[in-house]
Formats: sequence, structure tokens, C-alpha cells
Amino acid sequence: MPRRVVVTGIGIISSIGDNISETLQSLKSQKSGIGPLTILNTLHKDTFPAGEIKLTNNELELLAGEDIPEFPTRTTLLGIIAAKEAYRDAGLQPGALTSVKTGIVSATTVGGMDQTEQYYFDFFTSDRHLHYVHTHDCCDNTETIAECLGITDFMTTVSSACSSSANAIMFGARLIKHGIADRIIAGGTDALSKFTLNGFNTLKILNEKPCRPFSNDRNGLNLGEGAAFIVLEAEEIPVRENRKIYCEITGYANANDAYHQTASSPDGYGPYLAMKNALDMSGLKAGQIDYINAHGTGTDNNDLTEGLAIEKIFLPQIPKVSSTKAFTGHTLGAAGAIEAVFSILSIRHGLIFPNLNYSGKINELNFEPTLQLTEGAEVKNVLSNSFGFGGNDSSLIFSKY
Amino acid sequence: MAELIEKLKAEIIEALNLEDLEPDDIDKDSPLFGDGLGLDSIDALELIVLLEKNYGIKLQDPKEGKKVFFSVQTMADYINEHQKN
Amino acid sequence: MEAYISGLGNISAQETFDNSVFLENIKKLNPPLAFCIEPNYKEFIQPIQLRRMGRILRMGVTAAAKCLNDAGVEIPDAIITGTGLGLVQDTEKFLTAVIENEEKFLTPTSFIQSTHNTVGAHIAVMLKCNNYNFTYVHSNISFESALLDSMMQIDEYPGLKVLLGGLDEMTETYFKITDKAGLWNKYYPEGQLPQIPEKAIAGEGATYFIITGVSNPENYAKFTGVSTFYKPKSTEVITSNMLKFLSINGLTINDIDLVLLGQNDTAGDSIYNAMKSGILVGTNQGYYKHLCGEYYTSSAFAAWLAANLLKRQVVPDTVLLNGKQTKPLKNILIWNHFRNINHSFMLLSAC
Repeated sequence: MPRRVVVTGIGIISSIGDNISETLQSLKSQKSGIGPLTILNTLHKDTFPAGEIKLTNNELELLAGEDIPEFPTRTTLLGIIAAKEAYRDAGLQPGALTSVKTGIVSATTVGGMDQTEQYYFDFFTSDRHLHYVHTHDCCDNTETIAECLGITDFMTTVSSACSSSANAIMFGARLIKHGIADRIIAGGTDALSKFTLNGFNTLKILNEKPCRPFSNDRNGLNLGEGAAFIVLEAEEIPVRENRKIYCEITGYANANDAYHQTASSPDGYGPYLAMKNALDMSGLKAGQIDYINAHGTGTDNNDLTEGLAIEKIFLPQIPKVSSTKAFTGHTLGAAGAIEAVFSILSIRHGLIFPNLNYSGKINELNFEPTLQLTEGAEVKNVLSNSFGFGGNDSSLIFSKY
Repeated sequence: MAELIEKLKAEIIEALNLEDLEPDDIDKDSPLFGDGLGLDSIDALELIVLLEKNYGIKLQDPKEGKKVFFSVQTMADYINEHQKN
Repeated sequence: MEAYISGLGNISAQETFDNSVFLENIKKLNPPLAFCIEPNYKEFIQPIQLRRMGRILRMGVTAAAKCLNDAGVEIPDAIITGTGLGLVQDTEKFLTAVIENEEKFLTPTSFIQSTHNTVGAHIAVMLKCNNYNFTYVHSNISFESALLDSMMQIDEYPGLKVLLGGLDEMTETYFKITDKAGLWNKYYPEGQLPQIPEKAIAGEGATYFIITGVSNPENYAKFTGVSTFYKPKSTEVITSNMLKFLSINGLTINDIDLVLLGQNDTAGDSIYNAMKSGILVGTNQGYYKHLCGEYYTSSAFAAWLAANLLKRQVVPDTVLLNGKQTKPLKNILIWNHFRNINHSFMLLSAC
């Protein structure tokens, strides 16, 4: 019998809240975090709205606590805030010694780019900002969070574009199944940067208005920033210690679309494989999925191909589907973990979140996303999709424990 | 026009890193995409910037690109039509 | 966990691309940085694709193609990559353009290629490989994380053939900045940094393996263990972690026929030296970074070296640090650390 892997703690920060309780409140009151950029200093701040956290780095430092390093990047600060909340939520004390073999798997797409892009040219001419050379690498957030939490047994960092933190969770679950660790805090963090904003702008997929996932007239995505972490444990540990269990992770899969660096295949074969393989692993039938938290970025390409892949698996009975990107924007390396937290909240509180800004069914599809907030539902199984550049497609399944 | 076409060919070779090609290898009427030169959607985005940067022309609708970037000739026609003198 | 190596592809600062020869003409690396000896990419990649690929992408795709060919594998069951830095050249290119052009007239190619998983993704597109595709990006344990993932997958399904790679590139710009920030200074305990720091030679490389759970007399060697840990407080902690790692794999230090150390030169650093005169005193010791340079995934080069040593049962003099190798080679331990932050052990054994 393989080990069962359960979720015992969650933590989050995004444009809809600095913690779980604010996030839940925003989700329930259908309050989007997408608006004009006021913190990121970019030429495009009046053009492209985004899911920006309205706190300066100094303000984030206060939230992160006193044990943070001297020159943290925004990415790392967000990560610390979410990871500490997840740890405490699981009944664990950051920094405390533990006999449980504990590791961290974090994810990011651009790491410390938010600082690098401000000082890059200075690096050549002066010594003043050289400390940001060390914080640029993707592993910086992981190591700093590990130090704040007191983790030394195991750590690594995943980077596979927009599916990064779903992959971090997947790897974390696998580490526990194989007994490499008994507890893994897994998730991801990404701050908004000019680098990514301009990068997505070159692809002509940024929306000048709030995004409209799964709408026929969808017109691109909004970027966002944030971090989320979940504490995964071998079932026997929280049971033994009598700590709460949110749910179980019953299925996960990663597949590759193998079609194009940035565009998905016309029929969404990679997304189809990811969902199908995750379902096969969970042993669930398609009809047992109560809610799909879709990737749903609001681009032409993603929503159509993801929709087609969902139809291929779930027709004739499509479960409730929504994209929560219209709440948070696309938070890239954090998106998979943020949406994993939403999926866990869905099971925990019997909630299904609405797909905001919907304006009418995609012509080629036969289903509509769910538009109303559902409360008091019995949500047993949630499928969460995260797809990224390089055709990197991942699905996670969370189930009631 | 002939001058513009030659200039465009050189610019396309540079922007798209077509290092093995000489301007003479590109037929001005042959398709740039698909079976022609074999360019793809990322190249189309590069060409949009080329128009903007070198000719001050902003392609309003990226979907227009298909027609504009059909060949070097169609690109030149579009530039002639839209460039402010 | 055991994973047999059935194919190799290695582009490095040495002549390693041809699998039929092994370290015949050793090239002495010159400070401060050593680049790879690159093959003719046109034999492996179509020109229409080659034109927008940066160096590390070319190296990765080509080393992977060589490796698949060596193992006779067309489509691997998983593509798992470790890269400490990802695509440095493209990242620098796009970042410079963003700053210089003040966010105007930017083009997508270098942005798209700057994504850390580009190499794994590109291989997938070229092979039309829809299988599992992961990229680990954790400094000098990136390759080790990829190896661990591969070994867990093979443990679940021994029939899998995993394409496992470790790769990083060096650019003049990246070197200039990181050198200023002291990244290439050899490790010294706090307060003991000499006036003129001794420096490692910065390097780069792309090393691929096909690994599988199915044994075959043709295989090079097998991976039998991998482990990483963070900021050990003392040599005692490293020693105890090493012994624990060996014991999990049913071995003692006496079973290790050669330990490959990640030290940059014959002098080593205080951490390596304390261990060499401690637990490793009776063990044959070798090193590899004088061949490939210092880079985050240089341990992939070390694993390539170990696989060849185990298959060929010869240890060239250039690898040895102490004495002559007399025993037959059965188990090789690789121990690497970078600036005493992340440490790793890998164990390879003869088939």
C-alpha cells in the first residue's frame, strides 16, 4: 500500500489577500484583485492592469517577520509570508527543531529578477548592489524560506514556467510516497517584474482590461503576483499528532504538449494527458470530479484548447469549471500553488468559485464555466490545472480525507 | 520599391537570424510562412516589431499579420501604404 | 533504488562528445573561465530551428540527441533536466533590451527562450515526446534533484527510460558580474578569506544520460543513490551524513573504491581537506573540476566520468589525487559542495 499524502497547512498571499482569511473573504465576495499597477514602476503601468499586491517591499518585510535576510527580493518576501502561514496553519513552529524528516520544494519563474532588473547595469559599474547578484537565482527564495522555517534535510527548486508550483507540489508528494521525506512544504512564489510584463507583451497576449476567461471574446491575460505554500505530510504523522487534515492529494500528472514553445496544440493533447493521467492515478472516474479549477488564463489559445481537453474527458457530464485568474491574474510560478490552495479551500468550505467577467460561451465549446458562487456544496474531489510554456501541463487532484 | 524590397530582405534576415540566407535567396513573392521560408508565429511577432521600430508602423490587429507578412512584396506594399512621409 | 545508465551524451570543455574515446587528449583549462568544445550543431539540428537557439539550448539538444542515439532510444518516457542557471544568454539579452530600450520595441524570441525549462521543452517538441517533463533549478544540486526524481520514477516503473540531463552555460557577462560578487572565490570559513582570494575556473557543460531500471550487460554503470543537504554546521555533520548515506545503500566507507571530490584543484578547500584527512583518509581520491570547470551542474560531468571509469575499469592519472588505483572499481562516491551551502552525494556502481 503506497503512503497516503495529506495536506495539513496552507498559506497564501496574492492581490486578493495577504493571508488565508482575507483570501477566502475576497473569493466569497467575488472581489477581484486586478487593477492598475501602482507599485511596479513600468512604462506600461497605465496600459495593462494586473493582480498586484498593494504593499511596498518595506511593508512586505513587516509582514514577513524579523528573521528575514538583509536584502530580500520581493519574490522571496512573498514566499516567506505564505510559507510561514502554511507552517503555522499546520500547527508547526517556524524555526523549531523537529524529528520529522522535513523538506521544502519551491518554484519560481524569474526568482530575484524584481531586484536584478533595477540594478543590472549598476552591477558592472559599482559594488553597491552586488548582494542582489546572490539573490537572483531561483533557489534564493527556497533557501531563505528554508532558513526561516528551520529546514535543512531536503530542498530543491522547480522552474517550468506557469506550471512550476503545481510541479513543486507533485514532486513533494512523490518524495513523501518514496519516504525520502515525511513532510514537505511545497509551493511557489513570483513577484511582478518588468521582465515578465514586457515579455508577455512581446507575445501580444496581455489584456488592457480585466481578463475574461472562457468567454468567446476573451482577449488575453492579466499578470499577477503572489505566493502560496501547502504542507504535505505522510498521513500517519498528523494522525499520530492529532493535527487537522484538510484533504488528501490523490492524483497528479505532468505531460508535455510537445507542439510549440508557447502555443498549445489545437486539440489540447498535453492538457488532456495531464488530466487523464492524474485521474487514472487517483482511481477516480471522471464523473466523481466535483469541480475543476481550470488554468483558464483568458488567452485565445489556452481557454479553447483546455476546454476541448476537458470535453474530451468529461463529456457528457462536465463538472463545475471555473478559472480564478480573473481574481488574481496569472501569477506564473505561484499560480499552481495559489490554485491548489483555492482547491483545498473549496473542499474544506464546500465552496465553488465563480468564473468572473464572463461574457458568453466560446463558439467551439459545448459548456459554460460556473458563474455563481456555490456555498454549502459537498465538494469531494477537485481537479486543478496548470499549464505552461514549453507545453508543460500539470494536473493535481485533491480529495476529501 | 525595389530598394525597399532589398532593404526589407536584409532586415528580415537580421531580425530572424536567418544566418544561412542571402537577400537573393528570398523571392519577393514567395510565402514567408509555412511551405515558403518556413517561418512561424514567433517570427510574425518579430516582424511586427520590425515594422514598428524601423518604419514607425503599428499593426493594430495582430491577426492582420497573416496578410501583411505573406511575402516581402506584401510587406513592402503595406509599408508604402501606411508610412507617413 | 537502482538506475542503469544505457546511454551518454556529453559536451564539455574536454573532447567528450565522441563516446568511443575517453579523455585521450586532456585540455588544460585556463583561468578565469573555460568554455565547451562544441560540435557541429548542423548535423543534429535543422537550420530553421538552429537560428534562434542560444548556446546552451544548442548544447543541450545536441548532447541529448547523442545520448538517445547512444542508448538506441527514440522517445524517452520522461525528460528530467537540472540547470542551475537556465538560459543565461537569452535572459541577459532580453533584460538588457528591456533596460536599454526603456521597455519599447522588444521582441519575443529571447524572452521565450529565457524560461528555465526551455531545453527540456525543446527536446520534447523535437521528439514529439508527450511524457513527463521537469526542470530543477537549485544551484549546485539541480542535477541531483533531477536524478532523484528520475530514480523515484524508475522505482515506480522499472521499464521507464528516462532522459536525464545536467547543463549550464557560462557567458562573459555573467562571469564578470558574479566574479565581482565573489562567486568564484574558493570557500573559506568565515573570517579566514585571504587577501587575494584563490579562484575556481568557471566552466560550463551539457551532460545527458539515459537511465532505466532494466539491467543489461551493455550498460555503462548504475546510479545507486543520491542525497543532498544544506549548510552542514561542521565536518562531523558531513561525515555522519556520508556514513548514513552509505549505510542506506548497504555500504561502508571501505566499500568505496574511489571518491570523486568536487574540489577545484589539487589544493582543495578547508572542507574537502578536513574530510580527506578524516573519514576519507584510507580511500582513493580523485577530482574532476580541473577537467570541466566549476559550474552548478558539474556533478553531471562527474557522474559521466564515474560511469566511464566503472565501465572501462581504468582511472586516468589526471583524475587521481592520491596514489594509484589498484583495486577493481565497484563503487564510486561523488561528493560535491559549492561554497559550503548545498552538498551532494551520488553513488555509482559497476553493473
